[in-house]
Amino acid sequence: MATVVYKVGDDVSTDAIYPGRFMATVLPSETPQFCFADDKTFNTALQQKAIAPGGIIVGGQNFGCGSSREQAASTIKGHGLVVIARGFARIFLQNSINLGLRTIICPALEAEVGDEIALMPAHVRNVTRSADFPIVPLPSARQAIIDAGGLIAYTRTRLVADRAK
Amino acid sequence: MGMTVAQKILARASGLASVNVGDVVEPAVDMAMSHENTALVINQFLEIFKGTGLEPRVWDPSKVAVIFDHRVPAESAKTATNQKKVREFAAAQGIGKFHDVRGDSGGICHQVMAEEGYDRPGAVIVGADSHTTSHGALGALAFGVGATEMASVWALGRAVNIQVPATIKVVLSGRLNPAVTPKDVILHLVGLLTAEGANFKVVEFHGDAIAAMPTSGRLVLCNMSVEAGATSGIVPADAETVRYLREEAGVSDPLELVQPDPDAAYDRVIELDVSTLGPQIACPHTVDNVKGVGAVAGTKVHQIVIGSCTNGRLDDLEEAARRLKGRKIAKDVRMLVFPASWKIYREAMQRGYLGDLMEAGAVIMNPGCGCCLGIHEGALGDGETALSTTNRNFHGRMGNPNSDVYLCSPAVAAASAMSGVITDPRKED
Repeated sequence: MATVVYKVGDDVSTDAIYPGRFMATVLPSETPQFCFADDKTFNTALQQKAIAPGGIIVGGQNFGCGSSREQAASTIKGHGLVVIARGFARIFLQNSINLGLRTIICPALEAEVGDEIALMPAHVRNVTRSADFPIVPLPSARQAIIDAGGLIAYTRTRLVADRAK
Repeated sequence: MGMTVAQKILARASGLASVNVGDVVEPAVDMAMSHENTALVINQFLEIFKGTGLEPRVWDPSKVAVIFDHRVPAESAKTATNQKKVREFAAAQGIGKFHDVRGDSGGICHQVMAEEGYDRPGAVIVGADSHTTSHGALGALAFGVGATEMASVWALGRAVNIQVPATIKVVLSGRLNPAVTPKDVILHLVGLLTAEGANFKVVEFHGDAIAAMPTSGRLVLCNMSVEAGATSGIVPADAETVRYLREEAGVSDPLELVQPDPDAAYDRVIELDVSTLGPQIACPHTVDNVKGVGAVAGTKVHQIVIGSCTNGRLDDLEEAARRLKGRKIAKDVRMLVFPASWKIYREAMQRGYLGDLMEAGAVIMNPGCGCCLGIHEGALGDGETALSTTNRNFHGRMGNPNSDVYLCSPAVAAASAMSGVITDPRKED
Protein backbone atom coordinates (compact mmCIF):
# COMPACT_ATOMS: atom_id res chain seq x y z
CA MET A 1 0.00 0.00 0.00
CA ALA A 2 1.22 3.50 -0.86
CA THR A 3 -0.08 7.01 -0.23
CA VAL A 4 -0.79 9.74 -2.76
CA VAL A 5 1.58 12.53 -1.73
CA TYR A 6 1.02 15.00 -4.57
CA LYS A 7 -1.47 15.63 -7.32
CA VAL A 8 -1.16 17.73 -10.48
CA GLY A 9 -3.41 18.43 -13.47
CA ASP A 10 -3.03 17.89 -17.23
CA ASP A 11 -0.05 18.98 -19.36
CA VAL A 12 2.40 19.38 -16.47
CA SER A 13 5.65 20.25 -18.22
CA THR A 14 9.19 19.30 -17.33
CA ASP A 15 9.65 23.04 -16.64
CA ALA A 16 7.25 22.58 -13.70
CA ILE A 17 8.90 19.35 -12.54
CA TYR A 18 12.43 20.69 -12.83
CA PRO A 19 12.60 24.43 -13.66
CA GLY A 20 15.05 25.46 -16.37
CA ARG A 21 17.02 27.74 -14.09
CA PHE A 22 18.41 24.66 -12.30
CA MET A 23 19.51 22.89 -15.47
CA ALA A 24 23.19 23.55 -14.87
CA THR A 25 22.79 20.80 -12.25
CA VAL A 26 22.79 17.52 -14.15
CA LEU A 27 23.90 14.62 -11.98
CA PRO A 28 21.13 12.33 -10.66
CA SER A 29 22.77 12.55 -7.23
CA GLU A 30 22.25 16.33 -7.20
CA THR A 31 18.93 16.91 -8.97
CA PRO A 32 16.48 15.84 -6.19
CA GLN A 33 16.85 19.18 -4.36
CA PHE A 34 14.99 21.00 -7.18
CA CYS A 35 12.02 18.65 -7.54
CA PHE A 36 8.91 20.78 -8.29
CA ALA A 37 11.01 23.72 -7.06
CA ASP A 38 8.35 26.33 -7.92
CA ASP A 39 5.93 24.66 -5.48
CA LYS A 40 7.67 25.77 -2.30
CA THR A 41 5.42 23.73 0.02
CA PHE A 42 5.93 20.40 -1.74
CA ASN A 43 9.62 21.02 -2.45
CA THR A 44 10.26 21.92 1.20
CA ALA A 45 8.44 18.79 2.40
CA LEU A 46 10.61 16.69 0.06
CA GLN A 47 13.80 18.40 1.18
CA GLN A 48 12.93 17.88 4.86
CA LYS A 49 12.26 14.19 4.16
CA ALA A 50 8.68 14.67 5.37
CA ILE A 51 7.55 12.54 2.40
CA ALA A 52 8.47 8.90 2.59
CA PRO A 53 9.88 7.02 -0.41
CA GLY A 54 7.25 4.94 -2.19
CA GLY A 55 4.76 7.80 -2.17
CA ILE A 56 2.71 8.42 -5.28
CA ILE A 57 2.48 11.46 -7.53
CA VAL A 58 -0.83 11.51 -9.39
CA GLY A 59 -0.72 13.20 -12.78
CA GLY A 60 -3.28 14.03 -15.47
CA GLN A 61 -2.90 13.76 -19.24
CA ASN A 62 0.44 14.41 -20.97
CA PHE A 63 2.53 14.38 -17.79
CA GLY A 64 6.09 15.53 -18.47
CA CYS A 65 5.47 17.37 -21.73
CA GLY A 66 7.98 19.82 -23.17
CA SER A 67 11.72 19.77 -22.69
CA SER A 68 13.64 16.50 -22.93
CA ARG A 69 15.63 17.35 -19.78
CA GLU A 70 16.32 14.09 -18.01
CA GLN A 71 16.57 15.90 -14.68
CA ALA A 72 12.75 15.79 -14.58
CA ALA A 73 12.89 12.01 -14.23
CA SER A 74 15.98 11.79 -12.03
CA THR A 75 14.67 14.43 -9.59
CA ILE A 76 11.52 12.36 -8.88
CA LYS A 77 13.41 9.07 -8.80
CA GLY A 78 15.83 10.58 -6.29
CA HIS A 79 12.99 10.83 -3.79
CA GLY A 80 11.88 7.26 -4.43
CA LEU A 81 8.44 8.34 -5.65
CA VAL A 82 6.17 6.62 -8.19
CA VAL A 83 4.21 8.51 -10.87
CA ILE A 84 0.74 7.33 -11.86
CA ALA A 85 -0.72 9.49 -14.63
CA ARG A 86 -3.61 9.39 -17.07
CA GLY A 87 -0.98 9.71 -19.79
CA PHE A 88 2.69 10.63 -20.29
CA ALA A 89 4.54 12.65 -22.92
CA ARG A 90 6.83 10.43 -25.00
CA ILE A 91 10.28 11.70 -24.02
CA PHE A 92 9.50 11.88 -20.30
CA LEU A 93 8.12 8.34 -20.29
CA GLN A 94 11.18 7.10 -22.14
CA ASN A 95 13.55 8.93 -19.78
CA SER A 96 11.72 7.44 -16.80
CA ILE A 97 12.03 3.91 -18.14
CA ASN A 98 15.68 4.52 -19.01
CA LEU A 99 16.45 5.68 -15.47
CA GLY A 100 14.20 3.19 -13.68
CA LEU A 101 11.65 5.71 -12.38
CA ARG A 102 8.45 3.74 -11.89
CA THR A 103 5.66 5.11 -14.08
CA ILE A 104 2.14 3.73 -14.43
CA ILE A 105 -0.32 4.72 -17.15
CA CYS A 106 -3.83 4.76 -15.73
CA PRO A 107 -6.19 6.69 -18.06
CA ALA A 108 -9.26 6.81 -15.79
CA LEU A 109 -7.50 7.25 -12.47
CA GLU A 110 -9.35 9.09 -9.72
CA ALA A 111 -7.31 9.79 -6.60
CA GLU A 112 -6.66 12.61 -4.18
CA VAL A 113 -3.76 13.46 -1.91
CA GLY A 114 -3.88 11.19 1.13
CA ASP A 115 -5.64 8.30 -0.62
CA GLU A 116 -4.20 4.84 -0.05
CA ILE A 117 -3.32 3.05 -3.27
CA ALA A 118 -2.55 -0.60 -3.97
CA LEU A 119 -0.64 -1.33 -7.19
CA MET A 120 -1.96 -4.49 -8.82
CA PRO A 121 -0.60 -6.06 -12.03
CA ALA A 122 -3.49 -4.93 -14.26
CA HIS A 123 -5.04 -2.11 -12.28
CA VAL A 124 -4.57 0.54 -9.66
CA ARG A 125 -6.78 0.07 -6.59
CA ASN A 126 -7.79 3.19 -4.74
CA VAL A 127 -8.35 1.55 -1.37
CA THR A 128 -9.65 4.76 0.24
CA ARG A 129 -12.40 5.07 -2.39
CA SER A 130 -12.88 1.33 -3.00
CA ALA A 131 -12.39 1.73 -6.74
CA ASP A 132 -10.23 -0.02 -9.34
CA PHE A 133 -8.77 1.68 -12.42
CA PRO A 134 -7.25 -0.31 -15.30
CA ILE A 135 -3.60 0.14 -16.28
CA VAL A 136 -2.41 0.54 -19.86
CA PRO A 137 0.82 -1.44 -20.24
CA LEU A 138 4.02 0.50 -20.91
CA PRO A 139 5.19 0.29 -24.55
CA SER A 140 6.21 -3.33 -25.13
CA ALA A 141 9.25 -2.12 -27.06
CA ARG A 142 10.64 -0.90 -23.76
CA GLN A 143 10.12 -4.07 -21.74
CA ALA A 144 13.67 -5.31 -22.26
CA ILE A 145 15.01 -2.05 -20.82
CA ILE A 146 12.67 -2.27 -17.82
CA ASP A 147 13.69 -5.90 -17.26
CA ALA A 148 17.37 -4.92 -17.36
CA GLY A 149 16.75 -2.29 -14.68
CA GLY A 150 17.36 0.66 -16.98
CA LEU A 151 19.07 1.72 -20.17
CA ILE A 152 22.61 1.88 -18.81
CA ALA A 153 22.61 -1.79 -17.79
CA TYR A 154 20.75 -2.75 -20.97
CA THR A 155 23.18 -0.90 -23.25
CA ARG A 156 26.17 -2.31 -21.37
CA THR A 157 24.99 -5.85 -22.13
CA ARG A 158 24.32 -4.98 -25.77
CA LEU A 159 27.69 -3.24 -26.10
CA VAL A 160 29.61 -6.23 -24.80
CA ALA A 161 27.65 -8.51 -27.16
CA ASP A 162 28.37 -6.16 -30.11
CA ARG A 163 32.08 -6.03 -29.43
CA ALA A 164 32.30 -9.81 -29.01
CA LYS A 165 31.06 -10.28 -32.58
CA MET B 1 0.34 -1.18 -47.96
CA GLY B 2 2.67 1.70 -48.74
CA MET B 3 4.90 3.47 -46.28
CA THR B 4 5.08 7.00 -44.88
CA VAL B 5 8.36 8.93 -44.91
CA ALA B 6 9.04 7.91 -41.30
CA GLN B 7 8.46 4.22 -42.14
CA LYS B 8 10.73 4.39 -45.18
CA ILE B 9 13.54 6.04 -43.26
CA LEU B 10 13.26 3.59 -40.34
CA ALA B 11 13.16 0.61 -42.73
CA ARG B 12 16.28 1.77 -44.57
CA ALA B 13 18.16 2.56 -41.34
CA SER B 14 17.18 -0.79 -39.81
CA GLY B 15 18.21 -2.82 -42.87
CA LEU B 16 14.63 -3.90 -43.62
CA ALA B 17 12.62 -3.82 -46.85
CA SER B 18 9.58 -2.46 -45.04
CA VAL B 19 8.25 -1.77 -41.56
CA ASN B 20 4.74 -1.53 -40.15
CA VAL B 21 3.47 0.90 -37.55
CA GLY B 22 4.12 -0.66 -34.14
CA ASP B 23 7.10 -2.75 -35.25
CA VAL B 24 10.11 -2.54 -32.95
CA VAL B 25 13.28 -1.60 -34.82
CA GLU B 26 16.85 -0.51 -34.14
CA PRO B 27 17.73 2.16 -36.69
CA ALA B 28 21.34 3.10 -37.31
CA VAL B 29 21.81 6.75 -36.35
CA ASP B 30 23.21 9.15 -38.96
CA MET B 31 23.70 12.10 -36.64
CA ALA B 32 23.62 12.44 -32.85
CA MET B 33 23.43 15.98 -31.51
CA SER B 34 23.65 17.37 -28.00
CA HIS B 35 24.35 20.72 -26.32
CA GLU B 36 25.47 21.64 -22.79
CA ASN B 37 23.64 18.55 -21.50
CA THR B 38 26.51 16.64 -23.11
CA ALA B 39 28.00 16.90 -19.60
CA LEU B 40 25.31 14.46 -18.41
CA VAL B 41 25.61 12.36 -21.58
CA ILE B 42 29.33 11.89 -20.86
CA ASN B 43 28.56 10.85 -17.28
CA GLN B 44 26.04 8.21 -18.46
CA PHE B 45 28.32 7.12 -21.33
CA LEU B 46 31.17 6.38 -18.92
CA GLU B 47 28.71 4.48 -16.68
CA ILE B 48 27.80 2.21 -19.59
CA PHE B 49 31.44 1.23 -20.09
CA LYS B 50 32.08 0.59 -16.38
CA GLY B 51 33.21 -2.96 -15.71
CA THR B 52 33.27 -3.94 -19.40
CA GLY B 53 37.02 -3.60 -19.83
CA LEU B 54 36.28 -1.68 -23.04
CA GLU B 55 37.70 1.73 -23.75
CA PRO B 56 34.92 4.37 -23.83
CA ARG B 57 34.89 5.59 -27.45
CA VAL B 58 31.90 7.04 -29.31
CA TRP B 59 30.90 4.68 -32.13
CA ASP B 60 31.66 7.18 -34.92
CA PRO B 61 32.98 10.65 -34.03
CA SER B 62 32.01 11.99 -37.49
CA LYS B 63 28.35 11.35 -36.64
CA VAL B 64 28.39 13.19 -33.33
CA ALA B 65 27.66 16.93 -33.11
CA VAL B 66 28.11 18.95 -29.93
CA ILE B 67 26.90 22.54 -30.01
CA PHE B 68 26.95 24.90 -27.01
CA ASP B 69 23.88 27.12 -26.94
CA HIS B 70 21.91 26.85 -23.70
CA ARG B 71 24.08 28.99 -21.44
CA VAL B 72 26.58 30.87 -23.59
CA PRO B 73 28.90 32.35 -22.50
CA ALA B 74 28.71 30.42 -19.22
CA GLU B 75 26.52 32.09 -16.58
CA SER B 76 28.11 30.26 -13.64
CA ALA B 77 31.21 28.43 -12.52
CA LYS B 78 29.22 25.20 -12.63
CA THR B 79 28.28 25.63 -16.31
CA ALA B 80 31.79 26.79 -17.22
CA THR B 81 33.24 23.67 -15.57
CA ASN B 82 30.76 21.42 -17.38
CA GLN B 83 31.56 23.13 -20.69
CA LYS B 84 35.27 22.61 -20.01
CA LYS B 85 34.64 18.91 -19.38
CA VAL B 86 32.70 18.61 -22.66
CA ARG B 87 35.38 20.55 -24.59
CA GLU B 88 38.07 18.16 -23.36
CA PHE B 89 35.92 15.12 -24.14
CA ALA B 90 35.19 16.34 -27.70
CA ALA B 91 38.91 16.83 -28.31
CA ALA B 92 39.84 13.43 -26.86
CA GLN B 93 37.16 11.64 -28.91
CA GLY B 94 37.99 13.48 -32.14
CA ILE B 95 34.53 15.03 -32.46
CA GLY B 96 35.00 17.50 -35.32
CA LYS B 97 31.42 18.81 -35.32
CA PHE B 98 32.00 20.62 -32.04
CA HIS B 99 30.80 24.22 -31.89
CA ASP B 100 32.24 26.07 -28.93
CA VAL B 101 31.52 29.58 -27.66
CA ARG B 102 32.85 31.76 -30.49
CA GLY B 103 31.63 34.33 -32.98
CA ASP B 104 32.86 32.84 -36.25
CA SER B 105 30.65 29.72 -36.14
CA GLY B 106 28.00 28.02 -34.08
CA GLY B 107 24.84 29.33 -32.46
CA ILE B 108 21.64 27.55 -31.54
CA CYS B 109 22.06 23.83 -32.20
CA HIS B 110 19.02 23.34 -34.44
CA GLN B 111 19.99 26.22 -36.74
CA VAL B 112 23.65 25.18 -36.83
CA MET B 113 22.73 21.60 -37.79
CA ALA B 114 20.77 22.89 -40.79
CA GLU B 115 23.17 25.56 -42.01
CA GLU B 116 26.30 23.43 -41.55
CA GLY B 117 24.73 20.71 -43.68
CA TYR B 118 24.62 18.12 -40.88
CA ASP B 119 20.94 17.49 -41.71
CA ARG B 120 20.21 15.30 -44.72
CA PRO B 121 16.94 14.03 -46.19
CA GLY B 122 16.38 10.38 -45.32
CA ALA B 123 18.68 10.52 -42.30
CA VAL B 124 17.92 9.33 -38.77
CA ILE B 125 18.85 12.20 -36.46
CA VAL B 126 18.63 12.03 -32.68
CA GLY B 127 19.15 15.03 -30.45
CA ALA B 128 19.26 15.42 -26.69
CA ASP B 129 16.79 18.27 -27.02
CA SER B 130 13.04 18.14 -27.58
CA HIS B 131 13.16 20.60 -30.51
CA THR B 132 15.21 18.12 -32.53
CA THR B 133 11.94 17.75 -34.49
CA SER B 134 13.24 20.84 -36.38
CA HIS B 135 15.48 18.76 -38.65
CA GLY B 136 12.51 17.11 -40.32
CA ALA B 137 12.32 20.39 -42.28
CA LEU B 138 15.07 18.90 -44.46
CA GLY B 139 13.35 15.55 -44.92
CA ALA B 140 15.06 13.71 -42.06
CA LEU B 141 13.44 11.63 -39.32
CA ALA B 142 14.61 13.54 -36.28
CA PHE B 143 13.51 13.05 -32.68
CA GLY B 144 14.44 14.16 -29.20
CA VAL B 145 15.86 11.83 -26.58
CA GLY B 146 17.12 12.15 -23.01
CA ALA B 147 20.79 12.20 -22.06
CA THR B 148 20.99 8.51 -21.12
CA GLU B 149 19.47 7.49 -24.44
CA MET B 150 22.02 9.70 -26.20
CA ALA B 151 24.79 7.92 -24.27
CA SER B 152 23.35 4.62 -25.48
CA VAL B 153 23.45 5.89 -29.10
CA TRP B 154 27.06 7.03 -28.63
CA ALA B 155 27.95 3.50 -27.48
CA LEU B 156 25.94 1.44 -29.98
CA GLY B 157 25.48 3.71 -33.02
CA ARG B 158 21.80 2.94 -33.15
CA ALA B 159 18.65 3.80 -31.30
CA VAL B 160 17.43 0.69 -29.51
CA ASN B 161 13.86 -0.52 -29.11
CA ILE B 162 12.19 2.09 -31.30
CA GLN B 163 8.52 1.51 -32.03
CA VAL B 164 7.60 2.60 -35.58
CA PRO B 165 5.25 5.57 -35.07
CA ALA B 166 1.97 6.29 -36.85
CA THR B 167 1.87 9.45 -38.98
CA ILE B 168 -0.58 12.33 -39.12
CA LYS B 169 -0.72 13.92 -42.57
CA VAL B 170 -1.17 17.69 -42.61
CA VAL B 171 -2.04 19.21 -45.98
CA LEU B 172 -1.56 22.98 -46.15
CA SER B 173 -3.11 24.77 -49.11
CA GLY B 174 -3.46 28.40 -50.15
CA ARG B 175 -1.30 31.48 -49.72
CA LEU B 176 -0.42 33.16 -46.46
CA ASN B 177 -1.89 36.64 -46.07
CA PRO B 178 0.42 39.62 -45.46
CA ALA B 179 1.69 39.67 -41.84
CA VAL B 180 0.76 35.99 -41.45
CA THR B 181 3.69 33.58 -41.20
CA PRO B 182 4.59 29.90 -40.75
CA LYS B 183 4.60 30.60 -36.98
CA ASP B 184 0.89 31.42 -37.16
CA VAL B 185 0.28 28.18 -39.07
CA ILE B 186 1.99 25.98 -36.48
CA LEU B 187 0.41 27.81 -33.52
CA HIS B 188 -2.99 27.23 -35.12
CA LEU B 189 -2.17 23.54 -35.70
CA VAL B 190 -0.96 23.02 -32.13
CA GLY B 191 -4.20 24.58 -30.90
CA LEU B 192 -6.14 22.24 -33.17
CA LEU B 193 -4.21 19.09 -32.27
CA THR B 194 -3.77 20.02 -28.56
CA ALA B 195 -0.56 19.59 -26.57
CA GLU B 196 -0.82 15.79 -26.71
CA GLY B 197 -2.69 15.31 -29.99
CA ALA B 198 0.40 14.03 -31.81
CA ASN B 199 2.04 12.25 -28.83
CA PHE B 200 4.01 9.19 -30.09
CA LYS B 201 3.19 10.20 -33.69
CA VAL B 202 4.92 11.84 -36.63
CA VAL B 203 3.48 14.87 -38.43
CA GLU B 204 4.14 14.82 -42.20
CA PHE B 205 3.55 18.14 -44.01
CA HIS B 206 2.21 18.38 -47.57
CA GLY B 207 0.41 20.80 -49.86
CA ASP B 208 1.02 23.78 -52.14
CA ALA B 209 1.62 26.06 -49.16
CA ILE B 210 4.53 23.79 -48.19
CA ALA B 211 5.87 23.68 -51.75
CA ALA B 212 5.95 27.49 -51.74
CA MET B 213 7.51 27.74 -48.26
CA PRO B 214 11.28 28.24 -47.90
CA THR B 215 13.28 26.04 -45.54
CA SER B 216 13.29 28.81 -42.91
CA GLY B 217 9.50 28.46 -42.59
CA ARG B 218 9.54 24.67 -42.71
CA LEU B 219 11.97 24.75 -39.78
CA VAL B 220 9.35 26.69 -37.79
CA LEU B 221 6.65 24.08 -38.52
CA CYS B 222 8.84 21.10 -37.65
CA ASN B 223 10.42 22.83 -34.65
CA MET B 224 7.07 23.32 -32.95
CA SER B 225 5.52 19.98 -33.96
CA VAL B 226 6.79 18.73 -30.61
CA GLU B 227 4.43 21.19 -28.92
CA ALA B 228 1.62 18.90 -30.06
CA GLY B 229 3.65 16.02 -28.63
CA ALA B 230 4.95 14.81 -32.00
CA THR B 231 7.94 12.48 -32.12
CA SER B 232 8.96 14.17 -35.38
CA GLY B 233 7.73 16.69 -37.92
CA ILE B 234 8.70 15.95 -41.52
CA VAL B 235 8.54 17.88 -44.76
CA PRO B 236 9.26 15.34 -47.52
CA ALA B 237 12.39 16.54 -49.32
CA ASP B 238 11.83 18.49 -52.56
CA ALA B 239 13.50 21.02 -54.87
CA GLU B 240 13.63 23.60 -52.06
CA THR B 241 15.40 21.08 -49.79
CA VAL B 242 18.02 20.52 -52.49
CA ARG B 243 18.38 24.27 -53.07
CA TYR B 244 18.88 24.96 -49.35
CA LEU B 245 21.41 22.17 -48.82
CA ARG B 246 23.37 22.96 -51.99
CA GLU B 247 23.27 26.77 -51.94
CA GLU B 248 23.05 27.64 -48.27
CA ALA B 249 24.56 24.66 -46.45
CA GLY B 250 27.26 23.85 -49.02
CA VAL B 251 26.38 20.15 -49.26
CA SER B 252 27.75 18.51 -52.41
CA ASP B 253 27.22 14.76 -51.87
CA PRO B 254 24.23 12.90 -53.36
CA LEU B 255 20.86 13.45 -51.67
CA GLU B 256 18.11 10.87 -51.32
CA LEU B 257 14.75 12.64 -51.45
CA VAL B 258 12.61 10.15 -49.54
CA GLN B 259 8.92 10.39 -50.49
CA PRO B 260 5.91 8.66 -48.98
CA ASP B 261 4.25 5.95 -51.06
CA PRO B 262 0.99 7.08 -52.73
CA ASP B 263 -0.88 4.42 -50.74
CA ALA B 264 0.81 5.15 -47.41
CA ALA B 265 -1.58 4.75 -44.46
CA TYR B 266 -2.08 7.77 -42.22
CA ASP B 267 -3.47 7.85 -38.72
CA ARG B 268 -5.36 11.01 -39.58
CA VAL B 269 -5.41 13.67 -42.32
CA ILE B 270 -5.79 17.36 -41.47
CA GLU B 271 -6.42 19.84 -44.27
CA LEU B 272 -5.94 23.54 -43.71
CA ASP B 273 -6.30 26.47 -46.10
CA VAL B 274 -3.68 28.86 -44.70
CA SER B 275 -5.28 31.84 -46.48
CA THR B 276 -8.04 31.67 -43.83
CA LEU B 277 -5.55 32.39 -41.02
CA GLY B 278 -4.75 35.65 -39.27
CA PRO B 279 -1.98 36.19 -36.70
CA GLN B 280 -2.19 33.69 -33.82
CA ILE B 281 -1.18 33.95 -30.17
CA ALA B 282 -0.50 31.11 -27.70
CA CYS B 283 -1.70 32.39 -24.34
CA PRO B 284 -0.41 31.42 -20.89
CA HIS B 285 0.38 28.76 -19.76
CA THR B 286 0.13 26.10 -22.48
CA VAL B 287 1.19 26.24 -26.12
CA ASP B 288 -2.17 24.85 -27.25
CA ASN B 289 -4.08 27.76 -25.66
CA VAL B 290 -4.17 29.50 -29.05
CA LYS B 291 -6.34 32.49 -29.98
CA GLY B 292 -6.52 34.96 -32.85
CA VAL B 293 -4.53 38.11 -32.06
CA GLY B 294 -7.76 40.10 -31.73
CA ALA B 295 -8.79 38.14 -28.62
CA VAL B 296 -5.80 39.42 -26.61
CA ALA B 297 -4.99 42.69 -28.43
CA GLY B 298 -4.34 45.48 -25.94
CA THR B 299 -2.69 43.23 -23.33
CA LYS B 300 0.19 45.15 -21.74
CA VAL B 301 3.65 43.63 -22.30
CA HIS B 302 6.94 44.37 -20.53
CA GLN B 303 9.40 42.33 -22.57
CA ILE B 304 9.47 41.42 -26.25
CA VAL B 305 11.71 38.57 -27.36
CA ILE B 306 12.53 37.94 -31.01
CA GLY B 307 14.73 34.99 -31.85
CA SER B 308 15.44 31.41 -30.72
CA CYS B 309 15.54 28.15 -32.70
CA THR B 310 11.94 28.91 -33.71
CA ASN B 311 12.11 32.46 -35.08
CA GLY B 312 15.68 33.78 -35.08
CA ARG B 313 16.41 33.39 -38.78
CA LEU B 314 17.25 36.09 -41.31
CA ASP B 315 13.67 36.47 -42.60
CA ASP B 316 12.44 36.88 -39.00
CA LEU B 317 14.98 39.61 -38.26
CA GLU B 318 14.22 41.26 -41.61
CA GLU B 319 10.50 41.35 -40.77
CA ALA B 320 11.21 42.94 -37.38
CA ALA B 321 13.73 45.43 -38.79
CA ARG B 322 11.40 46.46 -41.60
CA ARG B 323 8.67 47.29 -39.10
CA LEU B 324 10.92 49.02 -36.58
CA LYS B 325 13.24 50.96 -38.90
CA GLY B 326 13.05 54.65 -38.04
CA ARG B 327 10.56 53.95 -35.24
CA LYS B 328 10.94 53.54 -31.49
CA ILE B 329 10.06 50.75 -29.09
CA ALA B 330 7.63 51.94 -26.39
CA LYS B 331 9.40 53.49 -23.42
CA ASP B 332 8.34 50.94 -20.81
CA VAL B 333 9.13 47.91 -23.00
CA ARG B 334 12.46 46.16 -23.35
CA MET B 335 13.13 44.16 -26.48
CA LEU B 336 15.71 41.39 -26.74
CA VAL B 337 16.82 39.93 -30.07
CA PHE B 338 18.51 36.53 -30.27
CA PRO B 339 19.69 35.63 -33.80
CA ALA B 340 19.60 31.83 -34.24
CA SER B 341 23.26 31.55 -35.26
CA TRP B 342 26.39 33.61 -35.69
CA LYS B 343 26.07 33.24 -39.46
CA ILE B 344 22.64 34.89 -39.26
CA TYR B 345 23.94 37.49 -36.80
CA ARG B 346 26.69 38.47 -39.25
CA GLU B 347 24.38 38.62 -42.26
CA ALA B 348 21.74 40.61 -40.34
CA MET B 349 24.51 43.00 -39.30
CA GLN B 350 25.77 43.42 -42.88
CA ARG B 351 22.24 44.04 -44.17
CA GLY B 352 21.67 46.66 -41.51
CA TYR B 353 18.84 44.84 -39.71
CA LEU B 354 20.63 44.80 -36.37
CA GLY B 355 21.43 48.50 -36.64
CA ASP B 356 17.79 49.32 -37.38
CA LEU B 357 16.66 47.26 -34.40
CA MET B 358 19.23 48.86 -32.08
CA GLU B 359 18.21 52.36 -33.19
CA ALA B 360 14.64 51.45 -32.32
CA GLY B 361 15.80 50.47 -28.84
CA ALA B 362 16.29 46.71 -29.06
CA VAL B 363 19.15 44.92 -27.30
CA ILE B 364 20.98 42.53 -29.63
CA MET B 365 22.00 39.42 -27.71
CA ASN B 366 24.36 36.68 -28.78
CA PRO B 367 22.76 33.55 -30.30
CA GLY B 368 21.52 31.25 -27.54
CA CYS B 369 18.57 29.56 -25.85
CA GLY B 370 18.98 30.99 -22.34
CA CYS B 371 16.14 33.50 -22.30
CA CYS B 372 13.54 31.14 -23.81
CA LEU B 373 13.86 28.66 -20.96
CA GLY B 374 14.74 31.08 -18.20
CA ILE B 375 18.30 29.96 -17.55
CA HIS B 376 20.47 32.76 -18.88
CA GLU B 377 19.55 36.46 -19.26
CA GLY B 378 16.19 38.03 -19.99
CA ALA B 379 14.32 36.78 -16.90
CA LEU B 380 10.95 38.38 -16.12
CA GLY B 381 10.03 40.25 -12.93
CA ASP B 382 7.09 39.34 -10.70
CA GLY B 383 3.82 40.16 -12.43
CA GLU B 384 5.48 40.90 -15.76
CA THR B 385 4.34 39.74 -19.19
CA ALA B 386 6.49 38.74 -22.14
CA LEU B 387 5.47 38.51 -25.78
CA SER B 388 7.90 36.16 -27.46
CA THR B 389 8.60 34.45 -30.76
CA THR B 390 9.99 31.43 -28.88
CA ASN B 391 8.23 28.08 -28.58
CA ARG B 392 7.02 27.56 -24.99
CA ASN B 393 4.94 29.53 -22.53
CA PHE B 394 4.76 27.06 -19.65
CA HIS B 395 4.35 28.35 -16.14
CA GLY B 396 7.73 29.76 -15.07
CA ARG B 397 9.28 29.17 -18.48
CA MET B 398 11.04 32.54 -18.73
CA GLY B 399 12.64 32.21 -15.31
CA ASN B 400 9.82 33.38 -13.04
CA PRO B 401 6.70 31.43 -11.98
CA ASN B 402 4.99 34.78 -11.25
CA SER B 403 4.99 35.94 -14.87
CA ASP B 404 3.14 35.33 -18.14
CA VAL B 405 4.50 34.45 -21.59
CA TYR B 406 2.51 34.87 -24.82
CA LEU B 407 3.89 33.35 -28.04
CA CYS B 408 3.62 34.96 -31.47
CA SER B 409 5.28 35.63 -34.83
CA PRO B 410 8.04 38.22 -35.37
CA ALA B 411 5.46 40.45 -37.13
CA VAL B 412 3.22 40.55 -34.04
CA ALA B 413 6.22 40.98 -31.74
CA ALA B 414 7.59 43.95 -33.71
CA ALA B 415 4.20 45.67 -34.02
CA SER B 416 3.60 45.20 -30.28
CA ALA B 417 7.04 46.50 -29.35
CA MET B 418 6.11 49.95 -30.62
CA SER B 419 2.74 50.13 -28.88
CA GLY B 420 3.67 48.30 -25.69
CA VAL B 421 0.53 46.19 -25.94
CA ILE B 422 -0.29 43.10 -28.01
CA THR B 423 -1.02 44.53 -31.45
CA ASP B 424 -2.37 43.11 -34.70
CA PRO B 425 0.42 43.75 -37.25
CA ARG B 426 -2.15 44.10 -40.04
CA LYS B 427 -3.24 47.39 -38.44
CA GLU B 428 0.29 48.70 -39.03
CA ASP B 429 0.58 47.69 -42.68
